[in-house]
Amino acid sequence: MSRETRALQDDEATGPAVLWLLDGEALWKRNCVGCHGNMKTDMKGVAARYPKFDGKRLMNLEQQINLCRVERQKEPAFAYESRDLLSLTVFIGRQSRGMPIDISESKPHLDAGRATFFRRQGQLHLSCSQCHDERSGKSLVGNLIPQAHPTGYPIYRLEWQNLGSLQRRLRNCMIGVRAEPYAYGSQEFVELEYYLMWRAQGMKLETPAVRP
Amino acid sequence: MVLACGSVLAGPAHAQLPPNIIALRKAALEEVIRKVTGGALVRPGRVKLDIPPLIENGNSVPLTVRVESSMTAADHVRAIHVFTEKNPQPNLISAHLGPRAGRATVSVRARIADTGLVIAIAQMSDGSYWSDSAQPVVTLSACLEDGLI
Amino acid sequence: MSRVVVNVPATARRGEVIEIRTLAGHDMETGFRRTQLGELVPRNIITKLLCTYNGVEIFSADLHPAVAANPLIAFTTVATESGTLQFRWIGDNGYSATQTASITVV
Repeated sequence: MSRETRALQDDEATGPAVLWLLDGEALWKRNCVGCHGNMKTDMKGVAARYPKFDGKRLMNLEQQINLCRVERQKEPAFAYESRDLLSLTVFIGRQSRGMPIDISESKPHLDAGRATFFRRQGQLHLSCSQCHDERSGKSLVGNLIPQAHPTGYPIYRLEWQNLGSLQRRLRNCMIGVRAEPYAYGSQEFVELEYYLMWRAQGMKLETPAVRP
Repeated sequence: MVLACGSVLAGPAHAQLPPNIIALRKAALEEVIRKVTGGALVRPGRVKLDIPPLIENGNSVPLTVRVESSMTAADHVRAIHVFTEKNPQPNLISAHLGPRAGRATVSVRARIADTGLVIAIAQMSDGSYWSDSAQPVVTLSACLEDGLI
Repeated sequence: MSRVVVNVPATARRGEVIEIRTLAGHDMETGFRRTQLGELVPRNIITKLLCTYNGVEIFSADLHPAVAANPLIAFTTVATESGTLQFRWIGDNGYSATQTASITVV
């Protein structure tokens, strides 16, 4: 990560993600505080444990939020990549910043996610593994290929000049290999997210991160 | 006007850059500098333009300009202007300061379209102009979202 | 999206030069981008940032499309007296946002 990008990420007062954090806090105070109380204590460590399998279904944080919205609050679900959902997700994620990622294993879902990670896709016929395992550290069009540990999502991506979710970033990758991307919220994406977070087990959550 | 002659906007839907784009952009830059200085001499010095030499992503480039000045009522920086040569239009930011600033410095996050000249010009209270410039290298992101731009 | 954030130290010594950081939530649409159908996306940017200190203008900046989205602009001022700093952002299509910050100067 370049020095300048790291400085943007570490700027707690006026980093670009602060705008969404403030919106998230307002949403929390309006919608969530009734059941969940103080966000600093009640939400600490939560984001570091998602996605998780609760016995019935595998869910990422966005889906968990929408579950509360629809089933408990009887409100319509937030749309993926909507400002509201991103703000709330990044706000909850922020409460776990600095904590180690701690994903509990559910073998069938992990295997499904792993299969996607190793499967060649798209017109360019490339798998995630080929760039992010075999060629990480090397250069692609002037940028460093990372190992693809999603430690900081939702991220402020300089290319988007916006905050975005892990699924949005995964869609970029799929378009990059000229594959038809999975739909937001699809089972394939949640399983891939699950595998990627499990693969990053123990790493510190950096939400919200800044990436090029 | 500068924008009209340097612009690629007035034309068919699919943008095509004119063949003499380098000359046009250079002329546009010189024109905006002339508008600020009135043709006065711009001397390199007293100004420090801080910009990363290798830019990871041109969409958000942290840039700081510092000018040596005691910032007193008698001798201070009136304005700091930053221009680029390779952006579609040359203006980036013009900051208006004065003795109350304490220090002549301004920081901004900029968009730098391509590898090329970035120039900061300080307008002093005594009517003189000083500058610093840099030629940062801009790389592109690897996996562009829509494959456009 | 008129979210704005300013970072001003709460207290300062008289005569101290303080750093002020401002952040505004804005797409800063350049006017140079095209849609997938080739149509130009019209310009929509913040054009000016003004800062007054107890009513006296201490800083202003003219912004152009080359300023990145969600613009961060940082500058300095001398802490002269206790009071209020007022920030105003003005832009295309009637965009306007304000924020204030108090400072105690000892």
